[in-house]
Amino acid sequence: MAQNEQDIIGEVTSSDYKYGFVSDIETETIAKGLSEEVVRIISAKKNEPEWLLDFRLKAYRKWVSMEAPDWAHLNIPPIDFQEIIYYAAPKKKAELTSLDEVDPELIETFNKLGINLEEQKILAGVAVDAVIDSVSVKTTFTDTLSKLGIIFMSFSEAVQHHPDLVKKYLGTVVPASDNYFAALNSAVFSDGSFCYIPKGVRSPVELSTYFRINAANTGQFERTLIVADEGAYVSYLEGCTAPQRDENQLHAAIVEIIAHRNGEVKYSTVQNWYPGNKDGLGGIFNFVTKRGMCEGDYSKISWTQVETGSAITWKYPSCVLKGDYSVGEFYSVAVTNNHQQADTGSKMVHLGKNTKSTIISKGISAGKSNNSYRGLVRINPKATNSRNFSQCDSLLLGDQCGAHTFPYIETSNASSIVEHEATTSKISDEQLFYCMQRGINTEKAIGLIVNGYAKEVLNQLPMEFAVEAQKLLSISLEGSVG
Amino acid sequence: MTKKAITIGNELKTSLLQKFDEVQMEMLGKEPLFIRSSRQESAQLFELLGFPTVELETWRKTNLKSFLEKTYDLEFEAQSGNEQDNSILQCEINQFDTDLFTQYNGKWIGEASQLRIYPNGTIVGSLSAAIQQYPQLMEPYFGKLANNSLHGLVALNTALFDEGYFIYVPDGVDHTRSLQMVNIINSKQNIFTNTRNLVILGKNARLRLVHCDDSMDFQHSFINNVTEIQLAEGSNMEYYKLQNKDDSTAIMTTTFVNQHRDSAFNSNTIVLNGGMVRNDTQVVLAGKGADAQVVGLFLMDRKQFVDNHVFIDHAVANCTSNQLFKGIVDEEARAVFNGHTLVRKDAQQTIAYQSNNNIQLTDTSKIDSHPFLEIYADDVKCSHGATVGQLKTNALFYLMQRGICERNARMLLMVAFVGQIVDRISLPNLRTSINELVRKRLKGELSSCEQCSIQCADPDKPLHFEIDMSLV
Repeated sequence: MAQNEQDIIGEVTSSDYKYGFVSDIETETIAKGLSEEVVRIISAKKNEPEWLLDFRLKAYRKWVSMEAPDWAHLNIPPIDFQEIIYYAAPKKKAELTSLDEVDPELIETFNKLGINLEEQKILAGVAVDAVIDSVSVKTTFTDTLSKLGIIFMSFSEAVQHHPDLVKKYLGTVVPASDNYFAALNSAVFSDGSFCYIPKGVRSPVELSTYFRINAANTGQFERTLIVADEGAYVSYLEGCTAPQRDENQLHAAIVEIIAHRNGEVKYSTVQNWYPGNKDGLGGIFNFVTKRGMCEGDYSKISWTQVETGSAITWKYPSCVLKGDYSVGEFYSVAVTNNHQQADTGSKMVHLGKNTKSTIISKGISAGKSNNSYRGLVRINPKATNSRNFSQCDSLLLGDQCGAHTFPYIETSNASSIVEHEATTSKISDEQLFYCMQRGINTEKAIGLIVNGYAKEVLNQLPMEFAVEAQKLLSISLEGSVG
Repeated sequence: MTKKAITIGNELKTSLLQKFDEVQMEMLGKEPLFIRSSRQESAQLFELLGFPTVELETWRKTNLKSFLEKTYDLEFEAQSGNEQDNSILQCEINQFDTDLFTQYNGKWIGEASQLRIYPNGTIVGSLSAAIQQYPQLMEPYFGKLANNSLHGLVALNTALFDEGYFIYVPDGVDHTRSLQMVNIINSKQNIFTNTRNLVILGKNARLRLVHCDDSMDFQHSFINNVTEIQLAEGSNMEYYKLQNKDDSTAIMTTTFVNQHRDSAFNSNTIVLNGGMVRNDTQVVLAGKGADAQVVGLFLMDRKQFVDNHVFIDHAVANCTSNQLFKGIVDEEARAVFNGHTLVRKDAQQTIAYQSNNNIQLTDTSKIDSHPFLEIYADDVKCSHGATVGQLKTNALFYLMQRGICERNARMLLMVAFVGQIVDRISLPNLRTSINELVRKRLKGELSSCEQCSIQCADPDKPLHFEIDMSLV
């Protein structure tokens, strides 16, 4: 996560520093480039069973025959897939000895977010003493989970310890052939989380990657699989409000969620990867496929996302509402500033009877960024009495940015109701005047108004996350108002 | 590895290009240079683009395959032998006081092929006559407003058009009498027509135009129509398009509108029947204060298909636009709406609305709604809404509770639903007629040719239509 000192200095001093993806601290890597051989090597190094290798190879062959999608409202520079290193063994970072060595800008952001000193050290990659809070928390945490039969471990561990479960669910929601980046991920995925909640168990704590060993270095091709068995419930958190600095430019992750009868999964994520500098140089490409399958009747999947980072975001968390009376939800706040581009939204595919879905999307564009909502609501002929409500609002800060809405509504039966509405507006002078008149400066006033605008979504986040996300929104928009 | 591109209607494409070569020889020397060169360029473009396929994002829901695989007669002649009386073909609009211009199978017959010149300077009539007589009027606009690369059908039309109407209203003229253009398809063969229209309004000019498309038999026909409309400063145009085609007809219309300062464009498209209907409206708001109102209504049943595409380009500041499309789909019909509002950078103070409401009556019908907004300016008021639903049960209950039978109650609600569009028609006679037509249509009494002396309402019984001379 952290860079070595020289990189940091380099970034601070030279504006044209490009965030590269080569890091000389990595220990064990294979040669760059992608081929069938590379896929075999990755699988062998991870000591994977035969079926998983087959899965990867099939995905690779599919990927070779596919083309990168160009339909999104994004300007994606060509990516040389042969320039990427597809396997890196768990890295040992050159650790910094104290916080004084960390980029002061980063420290400042941490302080604004209200992250305590110990956490700051972990996040910035400073070597920490043996006894810190989170370690002890983690131990008790693991105990609680195992007593309930909840499986929560890294994906590679799960492949070794619970191959049957992984085999049963892997690729069932996002097949390898789903799209270009999903195929790439399926071929070369590095690691990620695996989570299984047994029948009738409600997870007493919110599962967070933060507590998982090695969670930080899952690499650029992350794979997450969450299964809620009948009547199970879990709230899963991914990401972190703290700025994540990563040397991999391309991220192509897959998240699959399966909810059985009466099962419920709540997935919340805050993404704040490096968005590139003010001139639009560098930054992460975030091409993620996230999809949930409401397999059983009365199941529910809820996505909440706060997207503030990444240079390019291409992400459509979706729900396939297969079970009757199943429910899908999508709440999103996407902020783009400077030269960031985001094309994000949701897909709700209604297959079962009496299914319901809600989409609330709030886009905020500032600087010279482009922010698009793209969504699909499909009501299949058999999904009778289904209901969808979508609301997609855009807020424009400044006259250099763009806000776009591309909804697709497709209905095929006469008993369902679909509603979609969207507005585009800017912060009115009256609102600003009102705040400033009361002694609040412009920047704070905008933060206040934006938070109010995004409240509907932020309310869906777990408590602590919500507080941090609010601060994050204000920080992301800093300097966007001239 | 590149994907294998899908092409459709290859045979038809080849024969159309062949026809182009023949026509080109024929036209050589007859047509002014700007027409000839635009034909040539467009033919090359069409050869490249081919017919639009479902692979194109804007044609994803509109599959022309079944229509393009039919064989069409490209060499058909206008049936000049039939002295058809306008009165029996005055579309469905009765007692509607208009100046009527009738085209048969996309061609002008007899005296109608002469241009009509009004005392106020307005010129109306055949496009090919206008090419000969007023090339200087046409040259600045013809082929300039249409974007030939939009899709293959536009390029094909520019290359191969043979007739259409030309309307020119000089500066400051308010042409008070409405013009009605009727294009009737009545052929014993399957025909493929490329009709082309050009409308030019001078500064502060005003025009009310009614364009009716009808068909009278159940032969397959394919109508590829392109209309260019130039609206100069302060001009005002009301454009009513009434489409009542039989189920075996494909009608593709593409309308390009270029609006200058303070001009107003009011378009109302009413689709009552049609096997495969696609209406593309492309409006460029190029001058401040321009206003575009693009509304439409569609009532589809059986296996009919309608696709309304609207693209409004707010190129400059202070313009307003409104899109409103409402429709009822029944049986196995399909309806597509695709509205796209583009607000360019610096097009501040834009007000743009977009709305699409659908009533879906059966489980076998299908509705696709794509209301898009693309906005690059911040001081704007833009919103859109789309709904798909049914008749409200509590409203039905309310009416039935008061002794209105279910059938009538449903009818009342549907009439009220479409009323929002019909009421926007500013010409009283036209509004009354269309209101009646819509009611008939909703009762299931109106088929594609209401006025036709042979009631060929049943599409399963193909009838060849011969004009009964005693009626004339």
